[in-house]
Amino acid sequence: MTMKPVFKKTKGLTEKATHYCPGCTHGIIHRVVAEVLEEMDVLEDTIGVASVGCSVMTYEYFNCDMTQSAHGRAPAVATGIKRVLPDRIVFTYQGDGDLAAIGISEAIHAAARGENITIIFVNNAIYGMTGGQMAPTTLIGQKTITSPEGRESVSQGLPMRVSEMIATLDGAAYIERVSSHDVPHIAKMKKAIKKAFEIQKKGLGFTMIEVLSTCPTNWGIDAIESLEWVKENMIPVYPLKVFKNLEEVK
Amino acid sequence: MAKLLMKGNEVIAEAAVKAGCRYFFGYPITPQNELVTYMAKRLPEVGGVFLQAESEIAAINMVYGAAGTGARVMTSTSSPGYSLKQEGISYLSGAELPAVICNISRGGPGLGNIQPAQSDYFQATRGGGHGDYYLPVFAPASLQEVADLMGDAFDVADKYRTPVLILADGVLGQMMEPVEFSDKVVEELPKKDWATTGTRGDGGPKIITSLDLDIGGLEAHNSRLKDKFENITKNEIRYEEYEIEDAEYILVAYGSVARIAMSAIKLARKAGIKVGLIRPITLWPYPQEPFIKTRDKVKGYMSVEMSAGQMVEDVRLAVNGHAPVSFYGRNGGVIPTHEEIYEKIVQLSGGVKA
Ligand SMILES: Cc1ncc(C[n+]2csc(CCOP(=O)(O)OP(=O)(O)O)c2C)c(N)n1
Ligand code: SF4
Repeated sequence: MTMKPVFKKTKGLTEKATHYCPGCTHGIIHRVVAEVLEEMDVLEDTIGVASVGCSVMTYEYFNCDMTQSAHGRAPAVATGIKRVLPDRIVFTYQGDGDLAAIGISEAIHAAARGENITIIFVNNAIYGMTGGQMAPTTLIGQKTITSPEGRESVSQGLPMRVSEMIATLDGAAYIERVSSHDVPHIAKMKKAIKKAFEIQKKGLGFTMIEVLSTCPTNWGIDAIESLEWVKENMIPVYPLKVFKNLEEVK
Repeated sequence: MAKLLMKGNEVIAEAAVKAGCRYFFGYPITPQNELVTYMAKRLPEVGGVFLQAESEIAAINMVYGAAGTGARVMTSTSSPGYSLKQEGISYLSGAELPAVICNISRGGPGLGNIQPAQSDYFQATRGGGHGDYYLPVFAPASLQEVADLMGDAFDVADKYRTPVLILADGVLGQMMEPVEFSDKVVEELPKKDWATTGTRGDGGPKIITSLDLDIGGLEAHNSRLKDKFENITKNEIRYEEYEIEDAEYILVAYGSVARIAMSAIKLARKAGIKVGLIRPITLWPYPQEPFIKTRDKVKGYMSVEMSAGQMVEDVRLAVNGHAPVSFYGRNGGVIPTHEEIYEKIVQLSGGVKA
């Protein structure tokens, strides 16, 4: 009897073991992006841009050419690459501190220009790498080390819905928010990410997939509770939805 | 090729295009706007890309991305914008990416004004951003020199995999002079097997990064960078000497001020004062040689600058206590006249206190 493989490691990832904490969904998101690039057979034509955050070492994990960028600047770096190599697939992988705080300008303008790149925007409602500070995406009441009593709106502002905001820009071609908290949602995430890369391949413009993700280490709860926390607390504030689909508009 | 009458900013742009630069990412700021305007029209004509970025920060990071593909790429700005580019320049240096940056400098600090100044010297010659790095700095004094230097700037950038700065004050950016471009055409750029262009046919993923979390690894990387900077210092120093053979006093000036100093020296020579000029063309690496060979013979040096006194520190380092060093400068956008420099030469030769 021959054995049939039911699960294979994707060629889109290198052999290197990731450094993510147990229960962190960064690794799942990596795998999904890598599988999509492999399935589309574009790994050899792809240049990825790593950002600054827990995913900074992502350039060692994706099995394609990679550039590491300064904090928040990945969309500008990707723009530079794409303008020289318009027929390659160019993507950035950015956290919510990286994209929504220090890099919001670069993200908005890349979208406004209709830059033909794909952003994988990982929203875990916190700064992971620096030890759990409040992010623009931190929920009201959420405790972080810089909002120790829980974020309150009067002095600390309100959570930022980046996908909704970017979707208002005419240059944005496809914007969707997905989640990584269970298997059906991971399947949906994969569909969304594939869609974004396909749109880029067709040259239709700016695409961004926001993925709700976990940070058990800085949320101070375990892996299972974290998945639950995404479902119970994040999704109500960050609804899962296609916010822009230029193909449908046509 | 025939002589053309052009504005400084346009000469920089055209010379860059002739050097094979096809990508430009910029942001408006006076007094370098003509450079951006010229590129916006010119680059599409030669199949290149001009992009107006949303900020200098974005522009330099676009340069970083484009440089990573191996393309010849440039950005330009003026002082406040140059400050914003420092983060990206540090990353370019750390990741060893070639690119050319122009600073058509103006009065500072802060918003300062839009008149010419040389007060970004410290920032230019000490790296400017964070970390242990330098970048080659070319300081042309005429538009013909600009036309001749741009190709070398791109070559030095490629050869050493480093960002290179063209530091020209607003006088050079705004003035018009006849220039002749060389007929040399850049046919093929040097091969860049490190460039991230996709892995098709080249074996495996390439990585561009300035990060090394392993302390031994980063120290080794920085030592390699240090060796590179020493190599650049060995090979790329440029300067001009003017009337220094019999000089008792030597002025030191760069860029447009060097030309005004030359006029002052002519006046002084007529008056019988033996004075000459050292004009650094590279501000980093700084020329030591012309000082070493003159410092035990002359009675003194005077650094003349459009700043409150910046390059004078490098003059002191090069003279190393062998002779008195003084300073004369105007700043805030004021351009010194050759008459006032002449007066200073007269005072200097009247008796320099050690
Ligand atoms: C200019 C600059 N400022 C600050 C930092 C420090 N820093 C590193 S990672 C990070 C936050 C990253 O958070 P996020 O983007 O949410 O990613 P996560 O770690 O949660 O995946 C910060 C502020 C830096 N490296 N550079
Ligand atoms: S700190 Fe948070 S985001 Fe970073 S790897 Fe750990 S769980 Fe993931």
